Amino acid sequence: MESQEILDANYTGSRVEQSNAKAAELANQEYKYGWETMIESDTFPPGLNEDVIRALSAKKNEPEWLTEWRLKAYRHWLTMEEPHWCNAHYDPIDYQAISYYSAPKERPNLDSLDEVDPEILKTFEKLGIPLDEQKRLSGVAVDAVFDSVSVATTHQDILAKQGIVFSSFSEAVQKHPELIQKYLGSVVPANDNYFAALNSAVFTDGSFAFIPKGVRCPLDLSTYFRINQAQTGQFERTLLIAEEGASVNYLEGCTAPMRDENQLHAAVVEIIALDDASVSYSTVQNWYAGNDEGVGGIFNFVTKRGKCLGRNSRISWTQVETGSAITWKYPGCLLIGDNSVGEFYSVAVSNKYQQADTGTKMIHIGKNTKSTVISKTISAGHGQNSYRGLIKIMPKATNSRSYTQCDSLLIGDQCGAHTFPNIEVRNTSSTVEHEASTSKISEDQLFYCQQRGMSTDDAVSTIINGYCKEVFDHLPMEFAVEATNLLGLTLEGSVG
Amino acid sequence: MAMLEISNLHVSVDGHEILKGVNLIVDAGEVHAIMGPNGSGKSTLALALAGHGAYEVTEGSVTFLGHDDFLDMPPEERARLGLFLAFQYPVEIPGISNAYFLQSALNEMRKSHGMEELDAFEFQDLLAEKMELVKVDPSFADRNVNEGFSGGEKKRNEILQMAVMEPRLAILDETDSGLDIDALRIVAEGINRLRGKDRAFVLVTHYQRMLNYVKPDFVHVLYQGKFAKSGGPELALELEDKGYDWLKESVPA
Repeated sequence: MESQEILDANYTGSRVEQSNAKAAELANQEYKYGWETMIESDTFPPGLNEDVIRALSAKKNEPEWLTEWRLKAYRHWLTMEEPHWCNAHYDPIDYQAISYYSAPKERPNLDSLDEVDPEILKTFEKLGIPLDEQKRLSGVAVDAVFDSVSVATTHQDILAKQGIVFSSFSEAVQKHPELIQKYLGSVVPANDNYFAALNSAVFTDGSFAFIPKGVRCPLDLSTYFRINQAQTGQFERTLLIAEEGASVNYLEGCTAPMRDENQLHAAVVEIIALDDASVSYSTVQNWYAGNDEGVGGIFNFVTKRGKCLGRNSRISWTQVETGSAITWKYPGCLLIGDNSVGEFYSVAVSNKYQQADTGTKMIHIGKNTKSTVISKTISAGHGQNSYRGLIKIMPKATNSRSYTQCDSLLIGDQCGAHTFPNIEVRNTSSTVEHEASTSKISEDQLFYCQQRGMSTDDAVSTIINGYCKEVFDHLPMEFAVEATNLLGLTLEGSVG
Repeated sequence: MAMLEISNLHVSVDGHEILKGVNLIVDAGEVHAIMGPNGSGKSTLALALAGHGAYEVTEGSVTFLGHDDFLDMPPEERARLGLFLAFQYPVEIPGISNAYFLQSALNEMRKSHGMEELDAFEFQDLLAEKMELVKVDPSFADRNVNEGFSGGEKKRNEILQMAVMEPRLAILDETDSGLDIDALRIVAEGINRLRGKDRAFVLVTHYQRMLNYVKPDFVHVLYQGKFAKSGGPELALELEDKGYDWLKESVPA
């Protein structure tokens, strides 16, 4: 890492100049990841039934118990109703019109990149995620997921030396079935909710990481999700396990081509932290958001949950949600171990016709558990943004503490911000605080920045970055820079 | 050619005419003080020159550094030409450090003049030097823009920003109000250090005491939207002595 970058980051963790350059470069291109890669795919015809699930499971050469696990989830899903309590509007989803499996043909052998379709390598390179040996990101190990399958995982050798397993989910099923069987569904049960049940039935790939006892993961682990094929859904499954005293930073990024139809992304992420373990999970979500009229875009209906199983364990979620037509997710923590800590830092932007209903669930079960929730929403255009949170302190979670700060920023007069906090405290020794604010970018702030020579867009981006700083500070630096740029692009021109 | 030439400037706010024909010529190297009672239009003049959207120019012209289209420029272009406004009420920008804010602003300015942008190291050196020059505490660099600053600190922060931006023309809108006597002296010393033959100042002030420290070349009295009287530094003393009431007789209604 260049020392100058470190210094820049020390200033605020964000860089206006860089977003300017990017903005100029992309002046005529609103969503820069909107292109499609032309490759031959092995794609199931649309439709869902038990045969499709069996075929999918067979394709992945899964053990019998896993096929059965999927089928059980599917059968349960059939008994469930699609929920509609989300503060968002969308047409009914036709689950029979979705293809549940799509993989690039000539599926590469995961041990060698030579066999990966060069078009796919180019795709990721274009996305800024070079996978080939010479150009790999030095401090980050990347698992690249293209439609339904993981196409490459970098730096596995370095990690293996410390006993760390980082691979695609499919590979882990083959190589570490005992870990998968032990932990899969242990945080988000297959019948947890409608979309989690669907995911459990049809999940295709995703990432798996296992950090053994006492190991601090020397690299940041990262998964990059790319939806390419039309009419597919992406249903990935991520499982992270940090054993006693282990720690890891995990990053997730996502993009998709621009299309007129909505595509469903229903992922499940499960994290387990044992005694004294620490996991930070960061997401910069930039799925295609739909066009200016609100046509197209990704439905991002995701279940993410961490289980602080051990004493003194810590799970921290940081998310920057700039994309998707609809974002509907609540990364949460089950604070089971005594003294465990759950954190949620979120920036959610909704511009154009985007709708976001997001927040967190912190369930305090162990003694002296602590949660911190910082949510910053930004609404512009016709965007609608809702914070929905649940803080629950169980009777035995004595001396627990929870702090929530929930800020909303409005740009323009067509957008909306909503807050739905739910607080349940079942003992008398715990403390729960909730603070909320709603503000607008003031004309005075804009004028002040302009008087110092900044353009309107730079002024907006500067003010917004300041507003988001408490969240960006929790992102790894590369992500903080990317998040800053994304915000600038997402909100460009939103102040007239 | 004059640096700033204002002729017959009329400015309205919400349809109310505040400035009713202001004429002013400022040359490089000069310090002009603009005084006048409350509501006479002093801040309106400052904000209209800086291009604040709420201040509508209905008549007249302003030429700055030879640009006769100055009034058509958005605020940032005026700033990039070298016009700096020290705000009467500096706003807070939470989460953005002074150093970062100023580096961004300065680099915007440099870019617009075809100059190389300063990297973080170069800027840090420059900022340290400017903080020394105008005697502000080094902690200003890492504090968020005006957030949690006392009234006096905010004014001093404006002077620091002016030092960094190195404007051609600095308009100081009541920078002296709200300052105790020590802070006033420090601010005034900062201004004096920035005086130079290529730079001009317009000091908008209520009180003569500021002018004890920053010696103006000209003093103008704004009254009911027009300059009622102009003169040398002695005019400020006269105002201190007699107040503004006597102006009523000198201005035709």
